[in-house]
Amino acid sequence: MSSSKTYHSIVLVKQVPDTRQVTGEAMTADGTLNRGLLPAIFNPEDLSALEMALEVRDQHGGQVTVVTMGPPQAAAVLREALYRGADRVILLTDRKFAGADTLATSYTLQKAVEKLAPYDFVFCGRQAIDGDTAQVGPQVAEKLGLPQITYAEAIVRLEGGEVVVQRAFDQGTELVKCPLPCLLTVVGSARPARPPSVRRRLEHKYAATPLEYPARLKSSPEFETEAALDAYLAARGLRIPVWTAADLDVDHGRLGFAGSPTQVHKINYVVLEARESKTISPTPDGLRALVEELVKEYIAP
Amino acid sequence: MSEQRNVWVFVEQTDGQPADVSLELLAKAQELARPLGGQVWALLCGRDVGALAQALIPYGADRVLLADDADLDVYRTQPYARVVADQARAHKPYIFLFGATPVGRDLAPRVASALRAGLTADCTDLQIGDYTARSDKQLYQDLLYQIRPAFGGNVMATIVNPRGHPQMATVREGVMRRREPDLARQGVVEAVPVAFDACDLALQVLSRETRRSTVDLKAAPVVVSGGAGLGGKEEFELIRELAHLLGGEVGASRAAVDAGYIGREHQVGQTGLTVRPRLYIAAGISGAVQHRAGMDQSNKIIAINTDPNAPIFQVAHYKIVGDAAEVLPLLIQALRDKAK
Repeated sequence: MSSSKTYHSIVLVKQVPDTRQVTGEAMTADGTLNRGLLPAIFNPEDLSALEMALEVRDQHGGQVTVVTMGPPQAAAVLREALYRGADRVILLTDRKFAGADTLATSYTLQKAVEKLAPYDFVFCGRQAIDGDTAQVGPQVAEKLGLPQITYAEAIVRLEGGEVVVQRAFDQGTELVKCPLPCLLTVVGSARPARPPSVRRRLEHKYAATPLEYPARLKSSPEFETEAALDAYLAARGLRIPVWTAADLDVDHGRLGFAGSPTQVHKINYVVLEARESKTISPTPDGLRALVEELVKEYIAP
Repeated sequence: MSEQRNVWVFVEQTDGQPADVSLELLAKAQELARPLGGQVWALLCGRDVGALAQALIPYGADRVLLADDADLDVYRTQPYARVVADQARAHKPYIFLFGATPVGRDLAPRVASALRAGLTADCTDLQIGDYTARSDKQLYQDLLYQIRPAFGGNVMATIVNPRGHPQMATVREGVMRRREPDLARQGVVEAVPVAFDACDLALQVLSRETRRSTVDLKAAPVVVSGGAGLGGKEEFELIRELAHLLGGEVGASRAAVDAGYIGREHQVGQTGLTVRPRLYIAAGISGAVQHRAGMDQSNKIIAINTDPNAPIFQVAHYKIVGDAAEVLPLLIQALRDKAK
């Protein structure tokens, strides 16, 4: 007997520089990376998280709300989410959120999720490819008082107010059962994200946050004022809401840099002492000589 | 309560066996505790793990807090986090270390959030040092330097938590070295009471399957690693061939793993394994600091790369500028000829 329960899923996503594409062009002379030169993408594991949420909605009904905390240009990942099927998207942006470590970030996200209650699931990617900490998911779960299921690879069963999830990590797999609401961090080995649909892309390509209106007016002179553009977008469900610190019930001391217990003491450019080394010619003779030396010094068997 | 600055280690166990990384962290904790004048405490949760609790003393624990309860039988986030956070609130450790394992990466952030403490993941080094805050010029002495490669090329970051103790860090297996147990060491095991509510126990583990890893990179005398520079899965076969010839194991850079050339259990680097073999061969690996952190203490390093400026050459004892796909077959042939 199937339950008539439908599910509200909130998906927390992040726009990140594409760290997988670091080439020489993106590096500066002193060996650091110019993040601005890397393409900004939807964090890969967050796409997997979105897919899992969309599947829940497709199979059981309900709603998928996607939230991102970032600078104004993070609206791009919200549009991506709309193209793939999200019902509602929200941008959290405020100078006060900037400089946040995972603790301050999870605090801000907690407040946003609470504002979106009631909900059954919070999904996020296991980790972001820029920070690589995998900390935000569990920290949001702790603040919301939710059970957490990390390394979530698949929802095996969802019935009424209970979910069974398969977890997968290098050393093995695990099957867990948990009451809702709960938070899942989703791994990249989960079912691949559906591509953006052509129809949804056409329907949503003009979706924008009010912060983008000045630029939009320039490219769309048929709208004479921001108010006119806003009315047009709002009527079509294409206005992406922006929430700032003022829209959330927050203690400002816990936001951003001020709310971050971890601080960077220093950054060292790694200058290695030139190790005494031999250059070997990539030729049969060169490599034969290398093998001789390795065997003689008991380095190779 | 004394203002002692103690270093805590969460000791992970499965079926009464401690995780290697926990023993490595106990050794490191001893080093850190010395300049602090503090003790090393181990926090152990499980069911019927009293014998293990005792066994942690020779490995460096001055005190072992033992939470032994049926509900702690297998790892679950909420009961474990409850015990760990409660004990940390009660005893206020100065530093708290966790292995960066699937358990550690599930537990440490939850505990850090509960304690509103700072947490740094995947540290490649830990030291004690001073820090002057940029904002108010206040001097903090004897903080934990949490050192790790930072995103962005040849960059190492030192992170500190001047406020918000304990100072928490996770460290991957193999990064620190464990010590031989000192059976003469004295220490105390203290049983701590645990009490859970229904909420803590809401999640049930229905089944668990551990994959016995067929790869033991840490113990391998020779590691031959391939990177994205090899170009493809087919070329990666050369790595296997060479490793087999040398009686070694196959390693890989993160880029090669992400590209699907080989499984993640072969990944060497800050977010993979740390290895110290007698011979490390890096073929088609650029050698970003995150990779070097996992292999630069190898006894001898041979690097093969088409780019003469590749950072891997800074740690190599033998440099070969060339295409790994062309050089490896020549090296394999030279070894075969030598063996005849």
